[in-house]
Parts: sequence; C-alpha cells; structure tokens
Amino acid sequence: MEKKRSILTLEDGSRFEGFSFGAATSAGGEVVFNTAMTGYPESLTDPSYRGQILVLTYPLVGNYGVPPMEVDGGLPKFFESDAIHIRALVVSDYSFRHSHWNAVKSLDEWLRENNVPGVYGVDTRLITKTIRERGVMLGAVTLDGEAAPPLEDPNRRNLVAEVSCTKTEIYGNGKHRIALVDCGCKYNIIRCLVARDATVVRVPWDYDFTQLDYDGVMISNGPGDPQMCAATIANIRKAIALGKPIFGICLGNQLLSLAAGAATYKLKYGHRSHNQPVLTVGTDRAVITSQNHGYAVDTTSLEAGWEPLFVNLNDGTNEGIRHSSKPFFSAQFHPEASSGPVDTEYLFDEFIKNIEQWKR
Amino acid sequence: MEEIKKVILLGSGALKIGEAGEFDYSGSQALKALKEEGIYTVLINPNIATIQTSEGIADKVYFLPVTPDFVEEVIAKERPQGILLAFGGQTALNCGVKLYRGGVLEKYNVRVLGTPVQAIIDTEDREKFVEKLDQINVRTIKSQAVTTVADAKAVASELGYPIIIRAAYTLGGLGSGFCDNEQELDALASKAFTYSPQILVEKSLKGWKEVEYEVVRDRFDNCITVCNMENFDPLGIHTGESIVVAPSQTLTNSEYHKLRRLAIDIIRHIGIVGECNVQYALDPNSEDYRVIEVNARLSRSSALASKATGYPLAFVAAKLGLGYGLHELKNSVTKSTTACFEPALDYIVCKIPRWDLGKFKGVSRELGSSMKSVGEVMSIGRNFEEALQKGLRMIEQGMHGFVANKELAVEDVDQALSHPTDKRIFIIANALRKGYTVDRIYALTRIDRWFLEKLHGIIELEKQLEGYDGLETLPDSMLLEAKQKGFSDFQLARTLSKVRKGDMEDEVSRVREWRKARGILPVVKQIDTLAAEYPAMTNYLYLTYNGTAHDVDFPRDGQSVVVLGSGAYRIGSSVEFDWCSVNAVEAIRRTGLKAIMINYNPETVSTDYDMCDRLYFDELTLERVLDITDLEAPRGVIVSVGGQTPNNLAMRLDAHSVPILGTSASDVDRAEDRHKFSSMCDELGVDQPRWRELTSLEDIYAFADEVGFPLLIRPSYVLSGAAMNVVSNKQELEHFLTLATSVSKQYPVVVTEFIENAKEIEIDAVAKGGEVIAYAISEHVEFAGVHSGDATMVFPPQKMYVETMRRIKRISREVARGLHISGPFNMQLMAKNNEIKVIECNLRASRSFPFVSKVLKVNFIDLATRVMLGLPAEPPSKSAFDLDYVGIKAPQFSFSRLQKADPVLGVEMASTGEVGCIGEDFHEAILKAMLSVGYTIPAKNILLSTGDSRSKTDMLSAAQSLQRAGYNIFATRGTAEFLALSGVEATVLHWPDSPEKPNTLDYIKERRIDLVVNIPKNLTPGELSNDYSIRRGAIDFNIPLITNARLASAFIEAFCRIRRDKITIKSWNEY
Repeated sequence: MEKKRSILTLEDGSRFEGFSFGAATSAGGEVVFNTAMTGYPESLTDPSYRGQILVLTYPLVGNYGVPPMEVDGGLPKFFESDAIHIRALVVSDYSFRHSHWNAVKSLDEWLRENNVPGVYGVDTRLITKTIRERGVMLGAVTLDGEAAPPLEDPNRRNLVAEVSCTKTEIYGNGKHRIALVDCGCKYNIIRCLVARDATVVRVPWDYDFTQLDYDGVMISNGPGDPQMCAATIANIRKAIALGKPIFGICLGNQLLSLAAGAATYKLKYGHRSHNQPVLTVGTDRAVITSQNHGYAVDTTSLEAGWEPLFVNLNDGTNEGIRHSSKPFFSAQFHPEASSGPVDTEYLFDEFIKNIEQWKR
Repeated sequence: MEEIKKVILLGSGALKIGEAGEFDYSGSQALKALKEEGIYTVLINPNIATIQTSEGIADKVYFLPVTPDFVEEVIAKERPQGILLAFGGQTALNCGVKLYRGGVLEKYNVRVLGTPVQAIIDTEDREKFVEKLDQINVRTIKSQAVTTVADAKAVASELGYPIIIRAAYTLGGLGSGFCDNEQELDALASKAFTYSPQILVEKSLKGWKEVEYEVVRDRFDNCITVCNMENFDPLGIHTGESIVVAPSQTLTNSEYHKLRRLAIDIIRHIGIVGECNVQYALDPNSEDYRVIEVNARLSRSSALASKATGYPLAFVAAKLGLGYGLHELKNSVTKSTTACFEPALDYIVCKIPRWDLGKFKGVSRELGSSMKSVGEVMSIGRNFEEALQKGLRMIEQGMHGFVANKELAVEDVDQALSHPTDKRIFIIANALRKGYTVDRIYALTRIDRWFLEKLHGIIELEKQLEGYDGLETLPDSMLLEAKQKGFSDFQLARTLSKVRKGDMEDEVSRVREWRKARGILPVVKQIDTLAAEYPAMTNYLYLTYNGTAHDVDFPRDGQSVVVLGSGAYRIGSSVEFDWCSVNAVEAIRRTGLKAIMINYNPETVSTDYDMCDRLYFDELTLERVLDITDLEAPRGVIVSVGGQTPNNLAMRLDAHSVPILGTSASDVDRAEDRHKFSSMCDELGVDQPRWRELTSLEDIYAFADEVGFPLLIRPSYVLSGAAMNVVSNKQELEHFLTLATSVSKQYPVVVTEFIENAKEIEIDAVAKGGEVIAYAISEHVEFAGVHSGDATMVFPPQKMYVETMRRIKRISREVARGLHISGPFNMQLMAKNNEIKVIECNLRASRSFPFVSKVLKVNFIDLATRVMLGLPAEPPSKSAFDLDYVGIKAPQFSFSRLQKADPVLGVEMASTGEVGCIGEDFHEAILKAMLSVGYTIPAKNILLSTGDSRSKTDMLSAAQSLQRAGYNIFATRGTAEFLALSGVEATVLHWPDSPEKPNTLDYIKERRIDLVVNIPKNLTPGELSNDYSIRRGAIDFNIPLITNARLASAFIEAFCRIRRDKITIKSWNEY
C-alpha cells in the first residue's frame, strides 16, 4: 500500500509529519489531546469534540476495529451519537489490521466513510508536550500536496447549536419524566436514565423545557464555550426557580454554575482523559472519572446557597457544584463514562433519588 | 487503636520459581514507606543477597527462615505492634495465615497492617472464594473443592473434560495442571494432594483471553486500578509463562471497564486494604468472563505493573496499611499530583519470561498451567513490534529479535504451535516464514489475531529488507521503518548482507555508522504516569525510534557514571547482581557523581527509578549501550557489578572507545579467555589443573586418555553451568561439548583435568592498581564438582589449614598484579593434599559478594566502586579471623516445579536462589540455612541410599549420629549391609524397580519418610536412572532430599547436635 504523507501543523508553527489514513483530505480545528487508553469509537462520536483535532496519547490505535451500527431503544448501541464529531484524528501507531469479535470495519474505513482524515506516524508525546506548554492551539491536518485549510477557532461558533437535536425526541417509558437538555448529549446519558425507569424527553439546547411537564431536568455535556448558551442558562434559571431536581454533566455543570452566579474560564489545555481524580468536598471519598472539557467553573462568585461538590485532586479545579438545600447538583466529569471508568454512575441514582423525594 | 511504632515485615526467602526478585523490590519499597513514617522496622528474610536485607533499609534484619516457629520467636523478642504479610509473596502470606490461626498474633497483640487475614483466607481457600464472589454475582470458574482422588474423578465427569486441577495454598500454580481424561487426572490429583489437603477441579477455558488488573483500595473505600495487562498467550499457559503486554491491546472500552468495575467490586467485597491482583478469563467471542483468582498481596504482576506504569504499588500499599487514604498521598513521579489516579501510559510494555529448561535433566519443555520460567524481562516501546523485538533480545537466549535468528529446526510445525514450549514465539516466526496464514496459526494457538498480524508484519518487513542487497540501496524511509519496528543493527546487517561473508561485528558497526550519518537515531522518552499531561521531573527513561524529540537534556559534563545491570534473572545470575548494581549506584551517588543505571529486569530494585539519577529501562546490548553513552557522554561505564551480561560487553565497548572504569577491558579479556589466562598463570607460576585448548574431538579424546576422567570443560564468556562442566565419561564429554560449542563459537574450548575429592575454595576480593585491598575466603561444604552456584558455602572457612589460606592469599595477590586488577574479582580454587590449583578467575563481582560483604560487614562493592572511580579506598580494618560467628550460604532448588527433572547436582547449575544465615558455629549456621531453604528437621524416619563406597564411608558417622539420636533408619540393600558392618541398624527398603516389599517408593508415596538421602554413584546415565525414581518421588511427594554425602552429613550432624529450641534468635547487628 502506498503511504501518503500528511502533516499536522499548529498555530505556533510546529510541524509534525506523518502519514495519512482515514479520509484522504485536509481539515482544520482546535488541537486537543486525550490520554485515555481505550474508547476511540466512543470518543470520536462524542459531540463535545465538535470542531477539534484529536490527538491520542496512547500510541496504538485501531486495534479492535469499529463495532456495528446496531440500534437499541432508538439509539446506536455502541456509539455516543450518530456521527463522528472530531475534525481529524492524530495517532502514533495505527493498526491497519484489527481484531475483535464485535468489529465490522476498521477505524480507517470508518474515518473514510465519515470523510474525517487521520494522521499516523507522528510523535504524539511531543505534540502533547507542546500543547501542555503553550496551551491549546488551532491547527490543521494537511494532506501532502493540498493547500493548508484555514485556521478557524471553533469556539467562536455556537458549537452547541451545531450538535444539538433540532426537535424533541422521547426515549424509554419509565415512571420518571426527565427533560434532557441536549447541548451535545452523549447517548449513554440517555441509556443511564432509561435504565433507571425514566422517560427521557430530549429537547434542543435552547428549548424552554420549563414549559414541559417533567420530574427532573438533566443538562447534558456539549462542546465549546459555555457562555455561548445564553438561552440555556436563562432556562436553567427558570428551572432553579421551579425547584424540581436538576443534574448537570460537563457543559451542564458549567451552565448550571453560570446560572448560579459563577464564572467560567478556559483551561490551558483542558482535561481529556479517563484518570482524573475527583474528591467529594468535605469527605475522604475520591473517585476516578472520565473527563472531556476545555472550560472550567470558577466558583468564587457562586450565589448564596450554592457550594462546590467535587474538586479535582490534581489541579484543584472545580468538578461540580450543588445547592445546599435544593435538589440541584452537577458534575464536570462524565458519570455516564463511555468511554472511561464507570465509578460515578451512582450520581444517576442520586438524581433519581432526588426526583423520588421531590415527588413525595 | 494502639500507635504503631515497630513493625515486622516478612520477606519471601530464597528466590524460587514462582517467587523471585519481585519480592525484594516490594519489601524494599514497603520498608522505605515505613521508614518515612519514623516506624522502627524489623525484617525477617534469610535471603542475604537482597537489597532489603542491606544496611539502612530495615532497622533490624533476621536472617532466619520465614516459618511460623521462627517468626513467633522473633515476635516474642521484638514485640512489634504491627506485621506486614503482603510483601513477601506466598511464603509470607502462608506464614502469616498460620500465625493468625495459631493465635500467635493475638497472643502478642500484633496487628496485621493492611488487608485483614480473613480476607486473605477468603481469597486463598477456593471454595470460600467462589462463595464470596457468588454473593456479589461475580462469575468464577465452575469448580469444586475435593479432598480425595475419587471425588475429583466424579466432579470431572460431571463437568466434562478437559478440566484443570489446582492445589489450594500453593505458589504459582504448584500442583496444578490440565487433564484431558481420567488417567491424567488420576496421576495429577494424587500428586496435588501431597501439596495440599484440598484440590479444585474446574472446567477448562483453554483459549480464552487472560487479563489481569492491579487494584488498590484504602480504608476509606477509595479504589483505583493501576494497570491492566493482557496475556499474549491465551488461558492454559500460566501467566508467569506467558508473554504479557500492558496495557491490554485487544479489549474494547466496554470490556476494559467492565472488568475494571468488577475488580473494584471484588476488592471492596473482600475487604482488601492495600493492593491485590485480579485475574480474568475473557471469552474471545463475547463479553463473558470468569474470575480466575485474586491474590490478596503484592505479586509478580504487581511488580511488573509498578515498573510498567511508574506507580509504586508496594510503597503505596504499605502507606495504605498504615491508615492513609489514596488521596492523601502524592504521585511520586510528578510529586505534585495525587497518588489517587490511574496511570495513563503512552507506550506499550512487553514482559517475556526467561526459561532455563536446558539446564535440567529430563524436564518437559512444554508450557502449561504451572510455572517453570526463572526470570523475566520487560521491554518498552511505542509499538508492539518494537517492544517485542527488544524483549526477545533482552532474554539473552541467543536471539536477535523476532527475525534474523538462527533458523530453528522444527519437525512438525503444527504440533509445535499447538503444544507450546519455551520456543513458542520463534516457532510462530518459523511458521510465518513458511507461509502459514494468521488464521491457521490462530487456529493452532488461539493467540489473538491482533498479535499475530503484528508478528506477520515483522516477517513482511524482513522479506522486503531481504529484497535489498545492501545498505547503499536501502531507502532511508525503510531503514527508519525497520528501526521503528524494533530491528537491531545486527538484524539489519544479517538481513541485508546475506550475500557477503564479512565479519559480522564489522557489518553491524557499518549499519550503525550508516544510520547515524543519516540521522536515524533513537530518542529518549520518559515514563511519567500521566502521558505528558502534567510536567514530570522523572528520570525513568527508555529509548524508541517512534518519536522525534528527547524528553530530557544531556548535561554531558563528565559527572555521570553508567552502571550496567544484570538483565533477566536466570540460573546463575539473579538478585545478588542486583545487590551489587544497587550498591555501586549508591557508592557513585555518595561521591556526588550522577549514577545512570541501565537494566530491564522488572523484578529488581536497580530498576526502581528512585535508586539512581537516571534509569534507562532498556537493552544491555552493545547497540543500546552505545546509543546511551553517545547521548550521555559519561565519565565511564562500570561493567563489573552486573554479572556476566555486562562483563561480556567490556571488550566491545572498549573497541568503540567507551571508557570502562576499573580493570581494563584487555585485562578482563585476559581473565575471560581461558587460553590467555592459563598462559598467564603458567608465567606467574600459579598452579592449575592440566588443561588444553581444543579445536577437535580427536584432540579431546587424546587429552582425556592422557589425564583420565573426570574432566572439566569450559568455553569462554559463558556464565553458570555451561561454563564449568564436569564430565565423568566419554559420552558426557560429547554431550557437553556440543552444548558448549553451540553457545560460543568464537572461542575455543578449554578442557581441564578434574581432581576428585578436592576441597573447593572461593576468594572474593577487591584490588586497586593490582594490589588486593580486601578479600574474603570461603570454602564449600561439597567437594569440587558440584557447581559453585549449587554448593553450600562457609565463610569464614572452618576446616581449612592456615597454610592453605596463606597460599590462596598469595596466589590472589599474584593474579591481581598480573591482571592489573582495579575493582572486584573472584577466584575459584581447588585444594587437595595442600596443593592449590586455580580453577577460574572473574574480574567482576561474583554471586557471593553480598554474602561475604554482609557476613564480614564490609561492603566490597562500595570499596570496589571507589577504586573504579579512582577515589581513595581504605582496606577494611577487620578480617575474617576476627569473626566469632559463621555464615553459611545455601542453595534453593525449585525441582518441585520442574516436572520430571532429575534433582541431582553436578555439571549444570540448577539452583534458582540462595539464602545466607549466620550462626554461633558451623552446625547452627548450617541448620538455619537448611531450614531456610525448605528442609525440616526430620521427625523420625530417614531413608539412606548412599552411593559408592566412598560416600558410604563419608556418611557413616552421620548414620551413627542418627542412630544415637533415636531416628529410624531405612536404607536400600547395599547401604543397609554397609551400615550393619558398623553396627548401624537399618530397615531394608527395596529399590523402586523391584516388586519386593517393603519398597522405597511406597514409603515415599505414603510419606512415611521424613528425609531422603540419595547419593548417586556417579553421573553416568545408568546410575542416574537407577535411583531417579527415589529422588523424583521425594520431590513429588514433598519430602526433603539431599543428594550430596558431605552436605547430608553436615545437616544430619547439625540437627543431631542442636535441638530446634536451642537455635539462637539473633539479628544481624547482634553478631
């Protein structure tokens, strides 16, 4: 097989020459790295990666191929959305020959089908260190012989609007009616709720869900700058006033925090990994979490009644907030995992418990 | 809760198959963790060659057996508040459980720190274990515990064959195995019951994937999994026998996290505090799984996981045992982030076992569910091909990687693939080259296709390379690709220059120069636990061609010294060289210089990144050492503390202008090259046995006719058995000559006359500028002829003439001058009728350096290192004559693991480890040492079968002592008749091949014998097979066995003179 060169360039001028796999094309975006060692089918379909070029620090990728597009309960069984959201994938060592009982195609084929370029054979550790030192940068993957695509900052766009559903959808048929604000929702959030006897009403990001008859609201994860979601924040404020249980995940934590008076800021290079340690504030309980976010909450300006719930043990950043008397809480990490450790799935139980208490 | 001020830690004793150097590492880490807390530590471990028994690690060290009786006495004396059971392998765990059950811990109010004993029992007793996991709906392998062979058969027919049986409470799968039918079950089950009163019969899941997780839990119930690992070989091959990769490569996210979740559920339910290991079988065609076992202690896998990730599991486990939470501890690599995290790797590691099955007579080379490997290596790369090829070089069994090796002659490839042996990986290479498809190999091996595809890729690349007729036509891109896929310069030279018949060494150098000129060079990467997410000041490094930038800077200021480590543990080279390496590193650091360590053995302390200033976890090949010295430009390289592996590099490094510290490379060569050495001895007038350099069989036979048998044969540059072979007849001569020449082609073989019934003596010494500044003379209990590694060593010597000592000193002074020695050296000599002859001389530290250093309490390596660095080194003020105690070093054998191997000593070194004990006199020291390597003081019945008339005479006095002490003596006919002549009564037991009763074998099987002494008449095949079944029976039925008359006499005299309760319990510093 003829190897075609492909080059990753960063806005600081760094160049990393490798070879092309996946779609033979070029693409620009924000370059981020993820240190997880498993889970590329899940990560690539995670809407939070919208507009980003993903660098995987784990060097061997594609080993187990890509699972089939089976649908179960209205959702694809093995993916986190209906499409690949990353702009491009950058790896060190791509396995052209995969092996797994559940694989129907290779990662290479899957990327081609979705017109997403991949680069392999670059020093991903060096790229990671570059990003770590200089912060997240824009960049481009350019296929040898093609013109470099323009560098555009995806965070200036309303990425949430791009990935959110456009109309209301309903999943499951359980006793708890949950409004799910889809800011780029990972499907495993829906699966986790449905498995807990819920009916999930998935609504677009700017939909005024407070008009619905619901028992609790789930504010999903999603891409980009939380400040772009003014409409969602306004709806959350209304929900806070209503007092029914609220649970926010990732972007949902940022939006709930913004609604509760806190500020958000962009992290130098974000948290994207499966090994982030998080402590429940005021306890000795620490958990390992799956994370994917570029922005974080500054809790200093939280309004009265709100307090930090989780804190990152490595860098002390906020990992979730709660209301001291009302059933509102959120997590910056991903209790739905997929991919990553499933240790915090219990938060869905807490949410359901809040709903049950609220109903009483 | 009482405050913990003093803690006892149980070590694992001598290295044995299934329980090796990893526990020196674990124990040392734990002791370090306790020390940091200001806790007074007491260590019980008779393994004197370990780092953990060195000064400054534990506050007090007892070189005593890790058995409940001795540990109780130490507890009674020391009165600790706490005890650590999880750091000394199965030995410590079993001992701990017995102490608990016997009420000893309660009696002395000693708290078990970390995992409670009940949790240990719950994981060790298979029935309880299954019951426990059933409670949380975790699937285990369908198995039933049985206590009789009949029950085992009944269960097996219910489950359907194939089945596997396991003995409870045993090390590394001892007494376990697969049975395809009732006959096989019958045989295996009877044997397993000799190890354990309970065995388990399970359905076999051969072909499933085997996956392990290392899990940590603190008292707050916080849990992490530090690492997962996937076996290259599917279930059916013991994990210690399998190539293992970390992290897992063929598991999806869902599989990975399902098993991770289960591991955490299990550790919580069992109630571990500290570390444990969970092993799974995973269906290759679904997410179905079974838990194979849980080890509620630090293990070989946890040591591997620590090295694979940089996460110090043992250190953290010890802290958790003291009550810390994970979130309260720091990541010791980044120093800023928390220890409560799961390492993210950005590389792959590959563990490959090292076997030495060729050293044992009669052992089966097939791999199965019990462990036979004696060591392992860990290689690091940024793709599988790179890691695997590095690893295959690291095991040092003459292979250059996956390809470009000497072609194996395989008669039946299908059979070889489906019945794996220690050569499995090379059989796969052979099959792929023959055109076998991945699917066909999969069908025969059940190794996941992902691995096989990668291997296939290496073969494809090799074939492409073969298409070029030399470096000049090879495109740089392909050269780089080959290096990225782990090809060494040697492999490239061999693949590219098949047509030329030049000197290989020159060809390899040419490849090196060629690629350097083209900028095709490896880069140095860090192991930082977080995949570069956070800055880490770590000095834990490896080299790869899959990268474009170094992670570290190279000061090149001449302030660093490189120490070459010992590589994989193997028969003849193990923890003692790690002790030497670590002590050299420490000595270098004390002078203010920077110590750079190169080694790749995950079971060692020298590969602990906080021992040195820089750790290159990488190959000890010329190519890789040169890569590193090119980058670091060190002041020099120390090749004399890591055993034979680095010593062999001396000349070649010197040829590449790398400064060798200490004795010059050419002098090393003069000692290593037997011809040169012998000539030098002749010049110096130092006597040696008659010798001749040989090139043809005819010459050898002529020489044999001249001096007579036995003869000593040795090729140059080989350590251990193959280096010093004693042959008693023509047939053996032929056998070992083929073996020797196949090991070392470049050097001729030296044949030497062998003097029987000679005393063997060793001198370990340090010289400076050719002057001996420190020495220690030891004598062997056994006569020359037992490999020095298998001999029982006495220091200071107790039965040596002063005249002999003086002459040995004089000889060593002359040799040191003649070879201009600056650094450590060791000589082996023979003495008979006060004639002294030199057998061999090694200009490096020997395996007895830690033993003599600790007994004499003078650190020979520290002294030698100072000499090599050119610093003042004062001769020690005391000598062996000042010692009012005796040290004994005794070998540990692992025959019980090596099915069918003949447990006889002689020409090949066979011991896997050793202990060193100190006693008030010879008898007490030997008793302690023998009890430490697993012998027991016999209760009443002793079987003697004492070989030729000389051995019979040697044993007579011991037999009389036995009779006086009231023992029942049983003997084979000849021995009984001989004893009767001297008034020693013995009951005759008939030979195994005789139908007559009472029969030796029946007595052994019924375990009516408490000690077997069986001395082979000589080493001829006829003699050996004659009483093989007695020796093997003793091993298989777990009855202590001695095969050397002098050792047997020494042991018998010792236990007849000293009652068990009169053995003194004294720590090292009390001597």
